Amino acid sequence: MVVAHRSSDLDPIVARYPDRRREHLIPVLQEIQERDGYLSRDAMKAVARALELPVSKVYGVATFYNQFRFEPRGKVHCQVCRGTACHVKGSAQVLDTLERAIGVPAGHTTRDGLYSLEVVACMGACGLAPVVTINDEVHALVSPDGAKRLARVAAKKESHRHDA
Amino acid sequence: MVATAITPEPASRPAVEIRVDGRAVTAHAGEPLLDALRRDGVHVPTLCHLAHLTPTGACRLCVVEVEGQRNLVPSCAFPVAAGMVVHTHSQRAQRARKTIVELLLADHPDDCLYCVRAGDCDLATLARELGVRERRYRGTAAAIEHHIDASSPALLRDPAKCILCGKCVRVCEEVQGVAAIDFIGRGCKTTVGTAFDQGLNVSTCISCGQCINVCPTGALREVSHLKLVTDALADPRRVAVVQHAPSISVTLAETLGLPADADAAGILNAALRRLGFTHVFDTSFAADLTIMEEASELVQRISRGGPLPMMTSCSPGWVAWVEQAVPDLLPHLSTCKSPQQMLGAVIKRVWAERNALLPEDVFSVSIMPCTAKKAEAARPEMAPDGVPDVDAVLTTRELLRLIKLRGLDITRLAPEPADSPYGERSSAGKLFGVTGGVAEAALRTAYRLVTGTELPLSELKELRGLDGVKELHVKVGDLALGVAVVNGLKNAGPLLDAVRAGRRPDLVFIEVMTCPGGCIAGGGQPLGADLDAVRARMRSLYAIDATSELRTSHDNAQVKALYEEVLGAPLGHESHRLLHTHYAPRAVDC
Ligand code: SF4
Ligand code: SF4
Ligand code: FES
Repeated sequence: MVVAHRSSDLDPIVARYPDRRREHLIPVLQEIQERDGYLSRDAMKAVARALELPVSKVYGVATFYNQFRFEPRGKVHCQVCRGTACHVKGSAQVLDTLERAIGVPAGHTTRDGLYSLEVVACMGACGLAPVVTINDEVHALVSPDGAKRLARVAAKKESHRHDA
Repeated sequence: MVATAITPEPASRPAVEIRVDGRAVTAHAGEPLLDALRRDGVHVPTLCHLAHLTPTGACRLCVVEVEGQRNLVPSCAFPVAAGMVVHTHSQRAQRARKTIVELLLADHPDDCLYCVRAGDCDLATLARELGVRERRYRGTAAAIEHHIDASSPALLRDPAKCILCGKCVRVCEEVQGVAAIDFIGRGCKTTVGTAFDQGLNVSTCISCGQCINVCPTGALREVSHLKLVTDALADPRRVAVVQHAPSISVTLAETLGLPADADAAGILNAALRRLGFTHVFDTSFAADLTIMEEASELVQRISRGGPLPMMTSCSPGWVAWVEQAVPDLLPHLSTCKSPQQMLGAVIKRVWAERNALLPEDVFSVSIMPCTAKKAEAARPEMAPDGVPDVDAVLTTRELLRLIKLRGLDITRLAPEPADSPYGERSSAGKLFGVTGGVAEAALRTAYRLVTGTELPLSELKELRGLDGVKELHVKVGDLALGVAVVNGLKNAGPLLDAVRAGRRPDLVFIEVMTCPGGCIAGGGQPLGADLDAVRARMRSLYAIDATSELRTSHDNAQVKALYEEVLGAPLGHESHRLLHTHYAPRAVDC
């Protein structure tokens, strides 16, 4: 059972699904992530209230799918492809090196908000394996050290951008 | 496809013949194959099966061979069909079961010797039964860092021991309607946890402990107060006093193998004295006291116009749930403390003084069928001046452990009476242990309060039994009283929706017990009780009531004496100070 609430408290996206049908759960979460870059706790609670689902269920479903993030994107957002071709070409080492260089495991964002790291299933660029994207720019045939360098360079660019 | 083909209503299922291990067996078309096998005396092991809930087919341990099916089928989720030929213990089925258990063990910690479930772990039992003698697999999930969640005052969760059977998740959602926990993540990283994987204390968990009762491993247990109690019993500076809840003696009789209608309260009193408690009181006495207050409160609310219906407040899981899920209905909760907390307050604030003791000189223990009672005793308002009214709560399971620990052979003890002045009880108070019992006891006394005469019916059949919601409409003098009784918290939701919508103006009183069946099936009771065991406990309480000479709370002489000597009248000033409480909305992630 859910306590009555005013729809004005609710996230505007959630408010667009007034019929409270449970099959809206994933589309709603996708829309929120599209807009915010991640799913905040407040957003998940609002979704739970709107669809009359327990928050534990919303969180359970969201964590089941790799596509959802629970921390905001960093200024430098790194994605490492872990598809089969990239795996064969050594993407595990690429990921490992990046995790160590950045200091957070995949799926997380550094505390200062500079870097975030994410694994993706397959980017469809298997001929270029292993593939890494930095802020959505695709880099092909990346070595572990190369990935580290790319992330650093992107971070420098970010700080210059902010100084300017 | 398999699960949905199962028809829920046994009555509507035509009888068919199937062959089980070469024998002809009669079964019902559409019923789960597992049910038919069990009725026939064939034991197929299960880990995720929960009677009366939809099968999930998660563990695959119940697999059997059905001729014509290429793969082994999970019997818990496979419907019976006429002419089916089943091999329950073929080599193939046996091998599959053994491998499943070996794979579960591959990710399981090896500290069985130190586990609370040592000796009664379903997983260890299966490993033994299936002849697992060596470690053939070693899993990677064992490398995942697991954190014990010790945030709850009542429950301890150790995810490292979880085999992901999902029973706790289903009970919490489908029986209790709380859904505090769910599966998180996927694949080998799956765990069971709360929303945002936080501590249970900030989740919607109401500490009912029903998840503990179904967990096959040591992943879930109560927060133990045993050490607190044994330390206090050994401390010469403290007077150790104990109270035991109405259902405890009944469960104890069951573990002793006494006949179903036996009341082992006398043996329990003797055992507790042998354990070192200097005074043994009966929580059923406090249940009578609760009825005096609660029936008076009901009559007062009726005469003053509400808020009605009044809802009972003796089941702390339910109270916590009202505070978090339906705070708008808080004014409907009776302000009466639960019997545990009433007696706790009387022991520390009245009895102690009369015995020239300070509240902190007394160590007050309660034996409860319930884990939520631990959370209740820990509520700040239950500790005036920082001294708790109840210092420690032992579940029935912990009591049995303590008895073992002290090497006490309770079969040799002669029954003894409880101590005065809080040892006398009516059987109405005793009925607090079973769903409907509080309402029945309250009606007996409310009738007397209103009419001055005794309720003509001594047993209110409509309020008895294990149905999730029961109702009764009675005439009390000129008043027409509608009473509803709920057990299994999930059943409360629809009724409260109807109340809130103004559709139940007939109801003046709602009793809710969090656990299905009431305290007799509480989250602190011995593990492995099935519906038959719960029914037997229920019958015991009814038998105790039927043969009791004192069947009404208002005729309890010790309760009357307490009013005369200390409290004055029900709802009076002293009653309010000691026996009543208040509630507040509770913000949780729900
Ligand atoms: S104690 Fe009750 S409410 Fe809490 S997780 Fe277990 S079943 Fe759910
Ligand atoms: S905690 Fe226990 S009941 Fe819950 S999924 Fe794990 S093993 Fe099953
Ligand atoms: S008991 Fe049948 S699959 Fe678990």
